[in-house]
Parts: sequence; C-alpha cells; structure tokens
Amino acid sequence: MSAGNANSLTSSGQQSIEEVSHPLSAEESVLSSPDTANADLSLLNGTPVDTSSPASSSSLVNRLQLDDDLNGETHDLFVSVDDPKKHVSTMETYITYRVTTKTTRTEFDLPEYSLRRRYQDFDWLRNKLEESQPTHLVPPLPEKFVMKGVVDRFSEEFVETRRKALDKFLKRVADHPVLSFNENFNVFLTAKDLNSYKKQGLALLTKMSESVKNVTGGYKLRSRPLEFAAMLDYLDVFTQKLGTIDRIAQRIIKEQSEYLMELRDYGPLYSSWAAFEGELQKPLKSVSECVTSCATALEELTDDMSEDFLPVLREYVLYIESMKNVLKKRDQVQAEYEAKLEAIVVRKEEKIGVPMDVEKCQDRMECFNADLKADWERWQNNKRQDFRQLLTGMAEKNIQYYEKVGQIVRSMYKSQV
Amino acid sequence: SMADCGSEEVAVIGNTDITDEESQDNKNNMMAEGSCLLRKMEISVAEAEKRTGKNAVNMQETYTVYLIETRPADSVTEGHNPVPDSLWRRYSEFELLRNYLLVTYPFIVIPPLPEKRAEFVWHKLSADNMDPDFVERRRIGLENFLLRVASHPVLSSDKIFFLFLTEENGWKEAVFETGFLAKSDSRLKALNATFRVKNPDKRFSELKHYSDELQSVTSQLLRVRARVADRLYGVYKVHGNYGRVFSEWSAIEKEMGDGLQSAGHHMDAYAASVDDILEEEEHYADQLKEYLFYAEAVKAVCRKHELLQYELETASQDLASKKQQQEELAAGTVRTFSFKGMTSKLFGQETPEQREAKLKVLEEQIKEGEVTVTEKTLECEEFVKNAWKDIERFKEQKDHDLREALMSYAVMQISMCKKGIQVWTNAKECFSKM
Repeated sequence: MSAGNANSLTSSGQQSIEEVSHPLSAEESVLSSPDTANADLSLLNGTPVDTSSPASSSSLVNRLQLDDDLNGETHDLFVSVDDPKKHVSTMETYITYRVTTKTTRTEFDLPEYSLRRRYQDFDWLRNKLEESQPTHLVPPLPEKFVMKGVVDRFSEEFVETRRKALDKFLKRVADHPVLSFNENFNVFLTAKDLNSYKKQGLALLTKMSESVKNVTGGYKLRSRPLEFAAMLDYLDVFTQKLGTIDRIAQRIIKEQSEYLMELRDYGPLYSSWAAFEGELQKPLKSVSECVTSCATALEELTDDMSEDFLPVLREYVLYIESMKNVLKKRDQVQAEYEAKLEAIVVRKEEKIGVPMDVEKCQDRMECFNADLKADWERWQNNKRQDFRQLLTGMAEKNIQYYEKVGQIVRSMYKSQV
Repeated sequence: SMADCGSEEVAVIGNTDITDEESQDNKNNMMAEGSCLLRKMEISVAEAEKRTGKNAVNMQETYTVYLIETRPADSVTEGHNPVPDSLWRRYSEFELLRNYLLVTYPFIVIPPLPEKRAEFVWHKLSADNMDPDFVERRRIGLENFLLRVASHPVLSSDKIFFLFLTEENGWKEAVFETGFLAKSDSRLKALNATFRVKNPDKRFSELKHYSDELQSVTSQLLRVRARVADRLYGVYKVHGNYGRVFSEWSAIEKEMGDGLQSAGHHMDAYAASVDDILEEEEHYADQLKEYLFYAEAVKAVCRKHELLQYELETASQDLASKKQQQEELAAGTVRTFSFKGMTSKLFGQETPEQREAKLKVLEEQIKEGEVTVTEKTLECEEFVKNAWKDIERFKEQKDHDLREALMSYAVMQISMCKKGIQVWTNAKECFSKM
C-alpha cells in the first residue's frame, strides 16, 4: 500500500487506469507504471483499449468486468463485525465492536486484522466514502441518533440489531468493486489508532470527487435520460411499498402482542379450574401448561419480527435515500454540462478555455452515468438477494412457530389419551 | 337395540302402512318400556326455518322453528330408508318442556337448553338471534338437549317428553294439564329457605359451592376465550394486507415479480383460513357453555334440598313447640311467656273445662304434626337418595364430556398448526424463487 499516494482508486477517466486493480489480479503488482497500463487492460478483457480518451469507455468495460467477476463469487476480502462490548469511562459510556478482516489483497500488509471500532468510526468511514466516491452508492448505516429514554442504547436487543446492521454495511462495502479499494476503508480496517488518522484530516479525496464537489448547484436539468428517470420512478414506488410493508409488519407485531396478552390470562384460568376438580385436574392442568408454552413460542416469533425483520426494511429505506441522493448529484453534473454546452453555442467567439471546461464536464457526466448504472445493477441484485433472504426468513420463522406449537399440543394430547 | 329394553315388539313408527290403532300401540309400547328411549328411537333436530305470525298480543313477529325428526332406531337398513316422523317446535316450547321437567323432577340435574341470547360473543360473531350461524348452533344445541333427556335413565320415560317429540298439536294443553305450574316453588320461598336452613346435608353444601366455582371459572374462560378469538382473528386478517402490497410491488419488479405475486396469494389464503378455524372453535365454546348452564341446574337441585330440609326443620320445630305447650298446659305451669298466660293472670285463670278443650286441640295438632314430620322426613330422605344418585351420574358425565371437549379442542389446535405450516411453506417456496 502506498502510504504517500493520496489518490484513492476511483472510476475517474482522468485518473490513470492502472490504479484500478482487479481483484483477481491481486498477486500482480497493483501500482504498475503508466507504460504497462494498456497491457494490463488488454489482459482483462482481451481487447486493446484506448486509455487516452477522458470519457474512457475502457473504464466502463473494466468496471463491468469487475462486477461480473465479483458476482461469480470470487471474494478475496472478508470482513465481519461481532463481539459488542460496553466501555465505561469517566466521560462517557459506549459500545465497541470487533472488526475482523481476512484478505489476500496486496493493498493490505497483513492477511488478517482484528481491532475494535465504535459507531462513530463507522460513521466517519461512511462520510469519507461518500466524500471520496460521490458517483457511487454507499450503503447506509443504522440510525445514528436514538431517542434517549425511549430506546435503551445498551440493551441486548438494540446492540445486536445495530451490530447486524454494521456488519451488513461493512460487507456491502467489501463486496463493492470500487469502494472496497478505497483508502479510507483500508485505514478503517487496519489502523490501530484510527483517531490520529481522523485528526490528520487526510483528504483522501480524488480528482473526481474534487470535481464533483465543485459542481455548483443551481443548474436546471433539461431532460433526464429515460433510464435515470425510470430509476427515480422505481425508487418512489419502491419506497411507498416498503413503507406499507413496514406498517403491516408493525400491525402484525401489535396484534400478536395483544393476542399474547390474552393467552397469558387464558392459561392460568385452566389451572385455577383444576384446583377444585377431581378427575379433571390432570387434563386441565396440562391444558394450562400447554397454553403457557404456546404463549412463549408466540413471544419468540414476535420478537424475531421486531429484531430481524423491521430493521432490515428500514435500512432499505435509508439505502433508497442514499441512491436518490446519488441520482440527484448525477442530475447536477448533467445540468452543469448542459449549461456549459449552451454557453458555447451562445458565446461561439470565446474559444479559449471553454472546450476544455465542457469536455471536462462531459467526461464527468459520462463517468458518473457509468458508475451509477453499474451500481444500480449491483444494487438491484443485492436487493433481490436481501429481500429473498428476508422474506424466506420470515416465512421460516412462522413455520417454526407452528411446528413448535403443534408439537406442544400434540405431546399434551398424547399424555392425556 | 330393542333387546336391551326387553321388548318383543317391533316399532314401525314411520311406516305409513300401519293403522292409527297400531301407531298408538307402538307409541304406548315405546313409553311403557321406560328407560333409554334413545336406544329405541333416533331423534334429531334436522332443520330450522323462519316463520312469521301473530303473537299473544296480536302483533306481527318473526321467529324460528325447528324440525324434530324421529324414527325407530333400527329402521334404517339396507335399501330401506323410511321417512322419519317430524314436527316443528319453537324455542319457547323447548323452554316450556324444560320448566315442566324442572318442576316434575326436582331431584334430577335437568340438561340445559342452548342460550337464549348469544353471550360471550367475539366481535365478528353476530349477537343477533336471527343470524344463520347462531340459528345453526342453536339447532345443534337443541338436538343435544333432546338427546341428553332421551338418554337419561329417569327423564327418558316421561310421557310429556315423548309427546313433545311426537304430538305437534295438543302438546301444550297436555303439559298444562299436568298441573306442574301449581307445583313449582316460588323463588321467594326458595330464597328464604337458603338463608334459614340450619342443617343442610353437608354433601349438598359442598356441591353448591362446587357449582358456584364451576360457574365462575367457565364464564371467565368463555369471556377470555372470546377475547383470544378476537385477537387471533386480527393477526390473521392483517396478513391479508401483504397480499395486496406484494401484488403492487411485483408490478415494478422484473425477476422478483412472480415470486412476490404468488406469495401474496398464499398470504390471502392464510388470512381467509381464520374464519373456518374460529367457526370450529365455537363448538368448544358451546361445550363449555353447556356446563356453565349445567352448573345452574345442579344448584337448582341443591336449592330444592335446602327447601325440603327447611320445611322438615320447620315442621319439627312446630311439633316440638306444640309438645312443649301440651306439657305446660298439663302441668299447669307457664314456663314460657305467652300472652294467654299474661291475660289469664290479669283476667283470671282458665276454667278446667277450657284447659281440657285446649289440650284436646293440641293433641290433634301434635298428631297431625307427627304425621307431617314423618312425611317430610321421608320426603327428604327420598329426595337425597334420588338426587345423589343422579348427581353421581352427572359427575361422571361431566368428567367424561369436559375431558373430551378439552381433547377435541387440542385436536383443533393441532389442525390449525398443520394449516399454518402448509401456507407458510408455500409462501416460503414462492419467496425463494424471487
């Protein structure tokens, strides 16, 4: 890892392509000199590519290639978040999580790392990623602020829910072909003293991010390309549906909780009946125990919904927000480009500096579009997997509940006949 | 079977070939055999119908009538399916029959009727007496009542009961002709006895206490069960909302669409399944209700005992005080205060003739009193003997029935779980294809 190199790996066409390392070629030298750039590229996709053009289609192909290979499940970077621990100091109380990394990438000095991070650190990482990779979709973090007094920040359930979300966040970054090579990510995973890095305020920004940052707002978008308009439409409807599903899930939890309350009254009644019966005492008592056990099974089902189902739904709402923001930024970049184009037409006589500016804008826009499209595809795939997993998980929990209850009642029945 | 009841006759009721005389003969034979009418006769409440007519105050009313069908027990054989005899009765006639039985057999725990009005209703269930589900459950309850009476060792041989099943017209007159109304004890009399009886049979006191507890716990159970049903309904129905949202969501998806859509259908099916589940559970509630009402019938027997015991105690007390008066009069001393004594002190002693007359009256009264006490004692002993016999029978029946009810309730729950597993497994498969 080149500590001195302030440039992180980005998708900018302006950036030299050789900086982009292919996960499969981890054994090869990453920081190849400009001379070998072309050679590297032709190795990847077999066709000679032109890296001189700013609107480098090669970077596009390169990226798609990377995506394909990643979807082919050849991971060389594994991360996990676990083992939450409470830290009490005079100033504050907080939770840290163990972050473990296992990798064969040469960007990493060691094959394994294990260190502790707190939520603040994850938040820092996310902000850095967004800053340095504005054309990419950065996965969301669980909510930062929780209402004190309403939610217990140190309860087992809360901490576990948060841990799962942080683990998911990190894994999503690790799976991303561009984000996972981000310098900030590397530092997060490996630096013993993260705080001093933060303090140094290493502007691990790229030329691209700089240029995107410099996009002044206020340009009006003429016409949004169909595919991006379609993305926005999709996100709008999807947000709506997620909201509805969230409400339904909450309703179910509420109804189940009330059902549970009634069962807790119901069971003991059979017990009190048994108390003044003779022959009926045994069956009545076992019915009472049966109802009580079933109530416990129901409670487990409801807790699972709260702890596993709802948080994932909500996380996707955050994800959609991030995606919308990236789309907005893209719109801005396109708007600026269009404005500059118009300016040329109006001021034909001014040839100095304008073409460069316009070309830069066009390049910026096209790279952004490419990155976004690639991330969109990846996001759609992940979304599909995530929801498949979420919903089959929900169905499975219900199956287990009914199996449990059926077992309880069946054994009660057998004991009485 | 016929043989059990020792009859050589073959009842051919329902066969239209027989003469009126033969029909009457058959009926008499059925009656004469005594117990276990149910062994000789198939009884069912087959249908319910709405009728409109004018009531006692000449106002138009709508009511339900129930079709009682009867047929000899062994009349259905291969290729031979005779049409049963039938008649229509309304709920008030059942009530009349039961009241007659209550008065005529106070030492028997009389089977209860299904409830007059729907109680312990969970929200979706109608409390309307005209609701078809209520009418259907009532039909079953009325049939159950008739079967209970027909299989009772004492009640099944009652003539009025038999006529109830077989004589549509003139039955009401026959009931009133028995004069049972005159025999019924007033509530006031019964209440009075409850409070003032000194030495009730301990077994009856305990039984009354048990009945109170049974009433209390079954009504609590019924109330909570209704709330449980309500909540369960809510849980299932909310899942139905998934159906619609999955359908809408699938419209904007490409590969995920089919899986989502079909999973949604299963969620709809899941939501719909709760209606049948709860309909079945009502049967369990009805079984609990029957014993809630049975508890009241047991208390009625206990009350009758208290009344008889009180009457005996009163008669014994009267006799004892009369005997005491006789003693005092004969000895010439006044040990107990009496106005007579006072006035005689004030206005002069009685003449020997007067005293003689009084003694004679007292003697007569004492003789009568002794007869009364003997009668009452016998009545009490008979009552206790017969009542306790039926109570033992009732206890066995109760233990058996409630145990069965609990077990079939368990079976319902197991079936509900099986259905749940099925639906969610189907949904899971759809989700996994997303």
